[in-house]
Amino acid sequence: MKKKDFNIIIAGVGGQGIITLLKILSEAALIDGYDIKGSELHGLSQRGGSVLAHLRFGEKISSPLVSLGKADLIIALEMSEALRRICFSGDKTISLINSKFIHYFGGSSQKQVLAEIKKIKNKTYLVEASDICKQKIGKEVLAGVYLVCFAVLKGLIPLSQESILLAIEKTVRKKYLAINKKTFKLALKNI
Amino acid sequence: MKNILGKSNQRVLLLGNEAIIRGALEVGVDFVSTYPGTPASEIGDRFNEIVKSQPYIAKNLYFEFSVNEKVALEAGVGASYCGLKTLVAMKNFGLNVCQDALLPFVYTGSKGPTVIVVADDPSCHSSAQSEQNSRPTSYLAHLPTLEPSTPQECKDFIHLGFEISEKFKIPVMLRLTTRVAHQRAIVKLDKLVECKTKGKFIKDKNKFVTMPPRVLGMKEELLEKIEKIRDFSELSPINKISRGQASANLGIITSGVSYLYVVDALEELGLNLPVLKIGMFYPLLKKKIIKFIKPLKKVLIVEELEPWLEKEINVLAKNVNPKLKVFGKNILPITGELSPDIVLKAMAVFSNKKIKPLKENKVLIPKRYPQPCPGCPYWLAFNAVKQAVDTKKVVFGGDIGCYMLAGTPCIALQDYLSCMGSSIGIAHGIKKSSSQKLITFIGDSTFFHAGIPALINTVFNNSSPLIIVMDNQTTAMTGHQPNPGNKIKIEDIVKACGVKNLKVINPVKQKEMVETIKNFIKKDEVSVIISRSPCLFIK
Repeated sequence: MKKKDFNIIIAGVGGQGIITLLKILSEAALIDGYDIKGSELHGLSQRGGSVLAHLRFGEKISSPLVSLGKADLIIALEMSEALRRICFSGDKTISLINSKFIHYFGGSSQKQVLAEIKKIKNKTYLVEASDICKQKIGKEVLAGVYLVCFAVLKGLIPLSQESILLAIEKTVRKKYLAINKKTFKLALKNI
Repeated sequence: MKNILGKSNQRVLLLGNEAIIRGALEVGVDFVSTYPGTPASEIGDRFNEIVKSQPYIAKNLYFEFSVNEKVALEAGVGASYCGLKTLVAMKNFGLNVCQDALLPFVYTGSKGPTVIVVADDPSCHSSAQSEQNSRPTSYLAHLPTLEPSTPQECKDFIHLGFEISEKFKIPVMLRLTTRVAHQRAIVKLDKLVECKTKGKFIKDKNKFVTMPPRVLGMKEELLEKIEKIRDFSELSPINKISRGQASANLGIITSGVSYLYVVDALEELGLNLPVLKIGMFYPLLKKKIIKFIKPLKKVLIVEELEPWLEKEINVLAKNVNPKLKVFGKNILPITGELSPDIVLKAMAVFSNKKIKPLKENKVLIPKRYPQPCPGCPYWLAFNAVKQAVDTKKVVFGGDIGCYMLAGTPCIALQDYLSCMGSSIGIAHGIKKSSSQKLITFIGDSTFFHAGIPALINTVFNNSSPLIIVMDNQTTAMTGHQPNPGNKIKIEDIVKACGVKNLKVINPVKQKEMVETIKNFIKKDEVSVIISRSPCLFIK
């Protein structure tokens, strides 16, 4: 087991399935024998607003919130939301960003947002998760699961492939299990 | 739900709210009532799922979504008087709604042990109206109050809450905050215990009737109980001291989720200071605190929102250690929740340690407001209003529910917003004070919760707001809990209240909606439009 805590920020827009991702990752961390703390928000923020979830795992975890600048990995399901959470990024933080743009009233343009993302100095993966899931599976909402699988398979999160698969089986409803597993395989093929 | 119903000795991941449920099932809770409100909503949701899908639990356990928190607590009082183990859950503002029933309940005391779970929402992640700290209610009502930090403690403190309630015949409050209620962590499960189904009300005027002069005797007995519970707290491991180095003349007192930030900050700063973690907020133990602060030169109180612990500790310090410097809200904010970063900074100041300044790493991104879901019928109702009237000349009242998103810049149809049901009550006051036109929005669940008395008042005292009941046939904002609307027609209530101008319209019929608004807003009596179209998410 790795001694150091591993801190993940998951950012996106209400309705993108962020709580499901938090559940999958934390169940996988439990299987791998870590202590875990996560924090999520429900209610008002879910209605298409910005959503932020924290997950920390390691030998012994106290705070459920990740400190500013201390994220090991930022998973963003939307590009503006990736920028909004850049404050959690420190010297070694890796960003994994879905190249999806969801416009909103008063928000910056896709071009501006993309330009800002290009400026991120840390290691950044910009992945067309929404497009891939829409084309290959017909369900864009699986983009998050795709990114999580991508991160684990690429070694960006110290969790095992087997645990992620088991966690998916445990977390998602039976009728959606097949498409979630398909998403995992898709990520495996594309890394 | 699988995790909540896991086997004894299993270690599973639970939210704080789910751990509350597991704890209640482990003590064999008989009766549960609630009104949904974030961050407490999952308590009702999961209980509802459990009684619907688990016949072996549903056989004995009674669960209801009540019409409002006052009624939920009153139902719980009745169950407790019959000797049942009772749990009542709500968000912070619900505690205000039920306060009238709460105070006499603490006077009479519980018969069946009773725990009231209340979730505060520092930083107002899911709350309009105020950043309420519910702790002073503990003083007002003499209500024993426990504050867990983690999901494991949520479960453990439920056990302890029922134990205290059983032992001292008094209801106990478990006060959560968002970061506890919605914290996900590992919880070790204990055995589920079967509940007992039926209780019996055994007449006892001396216990259950608060008529004076008996009520004053009850108060005396209550105050005696509180002192006994304070003694219990002195010996209970619920308030724990982690020692730190013997020579330390600095110490920290904290409670709730703040404790978790303190632990991390100590590690980050490389400090080994004594920490007193308060688990029982009220009645607050004294001897242990005195012993803790006596040898110290400086103490830091780390608590969220208003400084209730700090006030108490200042008083204790005056007597036993007048030179003690008490730090708290002089270096910590009163507004907004705490975070690991805020606590780290304050602890660095407190202990004269330097921390590396954080590299400014920020991109300014305009706020993304939540908004009604694509295809939500509320868009249609808002659109009809905008077509029917000059929005600059009309005052718009808002209320608590998805339709309060009318207050976001892209809709902009909300000129005041307060508490549940108040859109109508305040509308009446405005109409009595000004000749302006006024339209209020109120949802179906909110109408049942607290809108009806205010509607009756507009008829009784003759005012003329136009009330649009945004009837989406569910309690949508908090997660689609059922409400009385599927048994009781809102139009029947409105008619029975004596309202003459009433129409039920599906907002898809935009023309009819626009015409009716234009017509009703001219009336000099109260008018009601029930804009009825189900939320997209209900089956």
